[in-house]
Amino acid sequence: MNVSPASPRWHTLVATVENKPGVLARVAGLFSRRGFNIHSLAVAPTNDERFSRITFTVDIEGTPLDQVVKQLDKLINVVDITELNPAHSVERELMLITVETGESRKELMEIVDDYRAYVLSDGDDSMMMSWSARPARLDELEERLRPFGIVELQRTGRVALPSLDD
Amino acid sequence: MFSAGSFHPLHLRPRSWNSRLMSTNPTNGGEALVRALECEGVEVMFGLPGGAILPVYDPIIDSSIRHVLVRHEQGAGHMAEGYAHATGKPGVCMVTSGPAATNVVTPLADAMLDSVPMVCITGQVPLAAIGTDAFQECDTTGITMAVTKHNFLVTDPQDIPRIIHEAFHIATTGRPGPVLVDIPKDIVDPVNPRSAMTWYEPDSVPMELPGYHPQTDGDPALIQEAAELIAHAERPVLYVGGGILKARAAEPLLELAELLAIPVVTTLMARGAFPDSHELCLGMPGMHGNYTAVTAMQRADLLVSLGARFDDRVTGRLDGFAPDAKIIHVDIDPAELGKVRQYNVGIQGDCKVVIEGLVDITKKLGPGAQADRSAWRSTVSGWQEKFPLTYEQSLPGDKLKPQFVMEQLRDGNPDDTILCSGVGQHQMHASQFWRFDHPYTWINSGGLGTMGFSIPAAIGAKAGMPDRRVWAVDGDGNFQMTAQELVTATVEDIPIKVALFNNSYLGMVRQWQEMFYDERFSEVHLSDHVPDYVKWAESMGAVGIRVESPEEVAPAIAKANEINDRSVVIEFVTDARENVFPMVPAGATNSDVVVDPSQQHLLDGTGGDS
Repeated sequence: MNVSPASPRWHTLVATVENKPGVLARVAGLFSRRGFNIHSLAVAPTNDERFSRITFTVDIEGTPLDQVVKQLDKLINVVDITELNPAHSVERELMLITVETGESRKELMEIVDDYRAYVLSDGDDSMMMSWSARPARLDELEERLRPFGIVELQRTGRVALPSLDD
Repeated sequence: MFSAGSFHPLHLRPRSWNSRLMSTNPTNGGEALVRALECEGVEVMFGLPGGAILPVYDPIIDSSIRHVLVRHEQGAGHMAEGYAHATGKPGVCMVTSGPAATNVVTPLADAMLDSVPMVCITGQVPLAAIGTDAFQECDTTGITMAVTKHNFLVTDPQDIPRIIHEAFHIATTGRPGPVLVDIPKDIVDPVNPRSAMTWYEPDSVPMELPGYHPQTDGDPALIQEAAELIAHAERPVLYVGGGILKARAAEPLLELAELLAIPVVTTLMARGAFPDSHELCLGMPGMHGNYTAVTAMQRADLLVSLGARFDDRVTGRLDGFAPDAKIIHVDIDPAELGKVRQYNVGIQGDCKVVIEGLVDITKKLGPGAQADRSAWRSTVSGWQEKFPLTYEQSLPGDKLKPQFVMEQLRDGNPDDTILCSGVGQHQMHASQFWRFDHPYTWINSGGLGTMGFSIPAAIGAKAGMPDRRVWAVDGDGNFQMTAQELVTATVEDIPIKVALFNNSYLGMVRQWQEMFYDERFSEVHLSDHVPDYVKWAESMGAVGIRVESPEEVAPAIAKANEINDRSVVIEFVTDARENVFPMVPAGATNSDVVVDPSQQHLLDGTGGDS
């Protein structure tokens, strides 16, 4: 079940785009019309409000990956696009998850402590937690919580930046 | 013309009555748009007014730009394309919102696939009405996103001069292509305060295109590597595509080919980029290319691709295409490098710059550095002798052979004639049997394969090159799609000549059904009786001539060439049984090229190699 972000099948692309209406549609439309699938997508403005950063995960490599990068780079509103080397980048993803508490509140709290997650909202029979980590670790926590009964779950899609270790 | 004090008919009102004098600077978005187009050097534009674009058509009256009023917006788009193909300058069209915008989608897609520089202005409903399903509203930028190099929705009249400048810059630089500018009515309508703006020259402010930096200089190290790879090749072919014409690189190409004495194939988009009459020219490769061009690529040990993109119509089945060839791929669009076929040397750059670099290095290497290619040249010329383009002459009582008509058309016209084509058998016959000795004399829809392209494209070409003779070759299926633009040609005094190949069929589809569907002809027969093309031509103000026998062909062409004050349509009644050969069947490799039935016995088991 666990998908390692370091697996060669998955590639993380980071694009700096103009922060203008319609830019996300251009990017998403290019993927669909050239027959590529976006596995995960996160987009938000950068510290410079003229630009947004989009982080994609795609499950292609070789020629199709090369094509996606080049075709995205051709979009006028895409300022820059790079593929992040998994060995030299840091990835994080945020998950919000609501789980049935039932008789297991104590057990759940142990998991929360164990993973250093946060309880955001606590109801009579369910609890909402947040956790940010490497995507593979989120998969792990999701599996740990599944037996309790997952009511709702939302993940943001991964964001990534080059690491400073080289 | 009229005495002082008399009333002034509206169209004769003195200019002082008009608030928009050319000498004053624009004060609203509509005037600014027209002035910005003038500043970009636009001399001719093609269009048709309507609700949302109405305010822009008022300043058009006072503009130096010639506006050609079309009969259908698709015609405006193809005219802009034909103009661009013939002149090298960006074609401009302007239409209103909604259905007019959707009618230009086809020409935009056509221009996208053939890399034609074009700027299309569309009207849009007022800003406040966008998204409300207003009358004649459609999401023009959304719809055209996939068929334009870029598009803009302008929301502030103050941005108009800058965005128009950006649109022309994007359309004409890098790999050229169509750019659409969508303009809401309220920001161009002088009665709306939202249209107010302060004029500035379009190129007086910086462009806001942080993500657009087309690269034209090829990497010198790669050019050196390419020149050395060429020097060692024993069976090289220069594979020349439309990018040569876009880069205006026909002259350096000729120098390179002669310097190296390497044979040249010119793709459908590149006909004329290298002279057909040159001994090194092998003509068109691909699905309906001639045997020598197809087979030379197949047997080559090196393909030097210059502004070509390994289109499926050239390569046939990819895994069997040019199996022994190393690849040098030169293209201004980096995404073309390696898209279809992996390269050994890939050079991103303008073809002209890169070819000039190759010429320099080749000269430095000296003639002694080049491999011996005499065996290759004699093999190639052996194929040329054995498998020339051919067809069987008609027997008495037969309908006209389209190849015969095309040869007569070629021989009856000067070699700088501009030939425009529709899509289908007549297009292939034109590419095969015309002799293209000059660049920018062949205009057709290559990538998208748009039926109905030729008549509006010919009008656009003639508008841009009024002193040149412009012929449109067309099929009867094509003609019925866009013939109404001959009305435009008449009214706007842009006379063209049309050679209509009427075989009463959708001929290319018929050919496929004959060859690959056991002669089960489905929905390809148009009509033997209607329309009457001569009457139709005459009703549109053109001269109509019907030709049915071989001896009438040349005189009819000569007669058409004597008529210069109006358009001429010659209907050639041709033989529907005539197919286009050679042909590489879909799904086959280029080694399985099918030649004319009269030559088929010359192919031995090894594909006719000598």
